[in-house]
Amino acid sequence: MKHTLPSAILASRSQTPVREGEICAVRVDFAFANDITAPPAIRAFREMGAQGVFDPGRCAILPDHFTPNKDMAAAQQAKEARDFAREQGLRYWEVGRVGVEHAFLPEQGLILPGDVVVGADSHTCTGGALGAFATGLGSTDLAAAWALGETWFLVPPTLRVTVEGRPSPWVGGKDVVLALLERLGVQGARYKALEFSGEAFAHLTLDDRFTVANMAVECGAKAGVFVPDAPILAYAEARKARPFHPIYPDEGASYEAVVEIDAGSLEPLVAAPPSPAAVRPAKTFADVTVDQVFIGSCTNGRLRDLELAAGLLKGRRVADSVRCVVIPASYEVFKEALRRGYIATFVEAGAVVSTPSCGPCLGGHLGILAAGERCLATSNRNFTGRMGHPESEVYLAGPLVAAATALTGRITDPREV
Amino acid sequence: MREEKTPAPGGRWDGSAWCYGDDVDTDVIIPARYLVTSDPKLLGPHCLEDLDPHFASRVTPGDVVVGGENFGCGSSREHAPLALKGAGVSCVVAASFARIFFRNALNVGLPILICPEGARHTAPGDRLRIDLAQGTVENLTRGARYTGAPFPPFLQELVASGGIVPYIRRRLAQKKHQEARS
Ligand code: SF4
Repeated sequence: MKHTLPSAILASRSQTPVREGEICAVRVDFAFANDITAPPAIRAFREMGAQGVFDPGRCAILPDHFTPNKDMAAAQQAKEARDFAREQGLRYWEVGRVGVEHAFLPEQGLILPGDVVVGADSHTCTGGALGAFATGLGSTDLAAAWALGETWFLVPPTLRVTVEGRPSPWVGGKDVVLALLERLGVQGARYKALEFSGEAFAHLTLDDRFTVANMAVECGAKAGVFVPDAPILAYAEARKARPFHPIYPDEGASYEAVVEIDAGSLEPLVAAPPSPAAVRPAKTFADVTVDQVFIGSCTNGRLRDLELAAGLLKGRRVADSVRCVVIPASYEVFKEALRRGYIATFVEAGAVVSTPSCGPCLGGHLGILAAGERCLATSNRNFTGRMGHPESEVYLAGPLVAAATALTGRITDPREV
Repeated sequence: MREEKTPAPGGRWDGSAWCYGDDVDTDVIIPARYLVTSDPKLLGPHCLEDLDPHFASRVTPGDVVVGGENFGCGSSREHAPLALKGAGVSCVVAASFARIFFRNALNVGLPILICPEGARHTAPGDRLRIDLAQGTVENLTRGARYTGAPFPPFLQELVASGGIVPYIRRRLAQKKHQEARS
């Protein structure tokens, strides 16, 4: 049986043959939760009568959503998560040394090519950028994975996504994945997996690939996996916390469909509320004013994103009408941005810079929107009420559009500034 | 305590329909601002409030939420099916479910039924009779009956055996037994 990449990874972790459309049990290489999803997982874990996690080195809790604790209830949840992590001896990093889970875990070499990774967070699919089958589960399923070291999957059919051409310097990972969302819609890949490859990625950074894999779930996909190549292997080799074995698709595997994107013809894109698939060129939104710009999140809060944003903001000022919130996605990104002077650039431009956290991305803290307010964010969801009041609005774009918009106070194609 | 979380495999309810169309996401089912608890009783009063501010105060225990395609898309929060349970919803009928929501609903014992025809032909306020054992939606207002899609055998077994918690408990006990013997 010839396997696509997602199926081949599942097959490598399963004791029984893996067939599309059938349910299989697979071993997991890594399983994690955050400060919101850990407490219900811990309760389910106890109800299961489990004493210990299957392997403390392969389980983690990351305090990233409502941390540094935004209020008393959040503090209570974070404490419950921390206490369990200590009791079980699983991997845990304190605020100030951590980051948004999907940015931080790959940096720590804990998500590696060929892995099956489960996280109690839907953007766990970000790990697909490194050639892992990484997917989100709910808390109870995660508890089961902690207890047994395995989970079940309905083996999905695969859509092959090839991205060819050389993107212009104004186009990045966000524009590629918004173009894909425009094509597939928010359910075009429901119950399916995506397999990414193509020459365009050779012209982009690894950070761009994390952005692309991150939003696979916005198309409804179970996972979005990149075929391992030299940059992926070099990154993993330099950081690995354990040995890994990259897995590749079989020659002649059958795909449900092939989606081709010509990155060479793309321009800066924006998704309008309340759907990440309502995508149009940034320049067509020129009459839309914003109250806030958010540069951060597990989608676009990495070093490349801050580099691009700082490049546009350097020596300029954020528009008087705008609050610009910048949140590096991890401690490592923060430290390097500090060293390279990006943080100084942001502060001098009049932006707010915060410690790594999900912050306002899910309407948690550090930049919540009031009724009628509008935000352009580099995050991944613009659903009703996502960043605050149900009558606020979120537009999604990459870091260049975000920085350009911060300068003008209206949604701006970065080629204009 | 787990027992009451698990849907009776043969559950049957009569209730009024609340219809919300395609792509109902978990951010509107329960906004993140309420995720400082996972207690269904505290989540329930805020269920769907950004989409329909009247829902939580007007829903009657036993009522049915009806969605179109991709119900429960978005975040992995298990708080979404918990909030629906906390609001008193007996069952969600939809043309299709987002995958994480589907798994979460089974795990926390929120009955769900995939029934595209039933979902399409239901209007807000219609009286529905859900029979989970038969997998049917009967629209009492319109006098029509629709059959939903059955779950794959493994999942039917999982639900019949009381859900994932007892399943894992049994697996762990087996493992302990084997280790003791070897
Ligand atoms: S940054 Fe946003 S999308 Fe990413 S994990 Fe945090 S809340 Fe979720």
